[in-house]
Amino acid sequence: MPLIVGLMNLVVPLQIGARDVAFPFLNSLSFWLFVVGAMLVNASLFVGEFAATGWLAYPPLSGLEYSPWVGVDYWLWALQISGIGTLLSGVNFFVTIIRMRAPGMTLMKMPVFTWTSLCANVLIILAFPILTVTITLLTLDRYLGTAFFTNDLGGNQMMYVNLIWAWGHPEVYILILPAFGIFSEVTATFSRKRLFGYTSLVYATACIMFLSFIVWLHHFFTMGAGASVNAFFGIATMIISIPTGVKIFNWLFTMYKGRVRFDSPMWWTAAFLITFTIGGMTGVMLAIPAANFVLHNSLFLVAHFHNVIIGGALFGYFAGLTYWFPKATGFKLDETLGKWACALWTVGFFLAFMPLYVLGFMGMTRRLNYYDNPVWNDWLLVSGFGALVVLLAICVQFYQIFASIRDRNKNLDLTGDPWDARTLEWSTSSPPPFYNFARTPDVRDRDQFDYLKRHGLAFKQPEQYSRIHMPKNTWAGIVIAVFSGVMGFGFVWHIWWMVIASTLAMLVALLVYNFQKSKDYYVEVEEIEAIEDAHFARVEAAMTSSKNERSEYSVRRRGTPLSMPA
Amino acid sequence: MATQNQTVTTHGGAAHGSAREYLWGLFWSVLLTVVPFAMVMVGGFDTGLTLAVILLCAVAQVFVQLVFFLHMNNSSEQTWNTVSAVFIVLIVAIVVLGSIWIMNHLNHNMLMGH
Repeated sequence: MPLIVGLMNLVVPLQIGARDVAFPFLNSLSFWLFVVGAMLVNASLFVGEFAATGWLAYPPLSGLEYSPWVGVDYWLWALQISGIGTLLSGVNFFVTIIRMRAPGMTLMKMPVFTWTSLCANVLIILAFPILTVTITLLTLDRYLGTAFFTNDLGGNQMMYVNLIWAWGHPEVYILILPAFGIFSEVTATFSRKRLFGYTSLVYATACIMFLSFIVWLHHFFTMGAGASVNAFFGIATMIISIPTGVKIFNWLFTMYKGRVRFDSPMWWTAAFLITFTIGGMTGVMLAIPAANFVLHNSLFLVAHFHNVIIGGALFGYFAGLTYWFPKATGFKLDETLGKWACALWTVGFFLAFMPLYVLGFMGMTRRLNYYDNPVWNDWLLVSGFGALVVLLAICVQFYQIFASIRDRNKNLDLTGDPWDARTLEWSTSSPPPFYNFARTPDVRDRDQFDYLKRHGLAFKQPEQYSRIHMPKNTWAGIVIAVFSGVMGFGFVWHIWWMVIASTLAMLVALLVYNFQKSKDYYVEVEEIEAIEDAHFARVEAAMTSSKNERSEYSVRRRGTPLSMPA
Repeated sequence: MATQNQTVTTHGGAAHGSAREYLWGLFWSVLLTVVPFAMVMVGGFDTGLTLAVILLCAVAQVFVQLVFFLHMNNSSEQTWNTVSAVFIVLIVAIVVLGSIWIMNHLNHNMLMGH
């Protein structure tokens, strides 16, 4: 999730032709809140204890009676702080996408990654308050002796399960929707044609956004709801697979009759299409309540959700990381190593998780620390070997990053458009200047940069510049976040003077920041000209040298009109 | 609105607040908090009545905050406010009614409170 929000930070403003996000200070605050939250939960490894309540800390185990010490408190305050950061980011990106698009970019001209980010942010805005409230109630149970989720005094721990999944299910779509956006960008770019069925893909995304709010009960079919409730949520779960299936066909038909280039982002996409489809189908099986009663809590379930999270979200993030890496750093990741990493990940994944489906059918449950059934043994060995292959893949990825930084001069991206891509983020230099675009683009087409290249308008330096209005850097975000971390720490250890002092410090910092007069400045024309001249000189040099190479990427840079396949 | 330049800095069509408006917002918020709180602390009221008053005051509080602090009113020139408000109401209804439905089932089937 931090990775995907990071990619949004990099890509969304560039894709919509904006200089920055709508609220730069808020963005800095959200980032530092997330960092502080992560640090707080890691601090629990060293000071005190780490929560021993699993991912979701179901009460009554996470209640005061069974977890009397600080582990769960760390978990609560860390999640609360970084959850607030996520919520603020959601608001920020939503406003950015709605309000700050370049002139001419109507909603239906937005790149698909921006669309999926928009929907993911709507989910963040609507789902994260549920998390905030739920863990606040658990906090009250632990601190003030209320009885929301206790076994006695009228508490009901099932309400916690219900609420945490009312947040948790939209959350998994927050993870996967941006990955869908990445695959859409990658497929269109590397198939060298327009995305097939843009409109249907946008509507499918919006459908998923809505439907993800009416399926949460499928995480606890067996908790005791009756036939009517289970039937409703089971059918809703099956329905949500339809828009997802639509997307699979969008990508397949984009590749169909395209001239597909198999660079490493496309490898990840191909691996995703197969893996995710399998995961989706087992998901529909699990959506049948009757089958769920047999399969729940088994390794079949474990295989299913790894199948969609690794084969869907994670492969998507890797594709996105490889695809936008040159945009952020100015050089590409090593292609050969990237393909090796993808191949090893895919093979390792199938070896590790397909046996778990079988084991699930054989009755093996999850979270065992010991087993004595010899029939399971062979399958578990295959699975263990697969895990080692995945480990190797991860090592290759670390080496890939190291090797790419070492050999960065071989993979430099001088033009800003290393993949011959189609959307606006590639029309600026790599890495982009701090103001993103010297002149705000005037958008005519869905694939605006492709449109410019087809009409020979790309890589043309404008005649003149005007000064640019930019926000100043500020100290306030990190200061407020650090005090929030101190406050959390104080709460965990019940150090009340520390809680009061840091809360006051946060308020004072916020007030001081709010009453600061100058929060913005203008970038003068001379500075812009210097940066842009240097950029266009590099582009010119790169194009001249690539004329001799005849690389397939260089063709359209020379402005040759090229007929596009239908 | 899609054609708006990014240098435009209006506030999404929302109206700006005045000091008077904020004070009224504060007044209503305090009132709607104190009344249910007092009812519980004083005690002696019918349980059903107390629950109803808490619920009503909570819902009213939501609207007070939306109107006085977030300045949602008819003067909004953009459809976005309306669209998102409708969507939020829909999702909140789904989560609240869905939870009540589910919890009723669980209570019934799992014999909670019996």
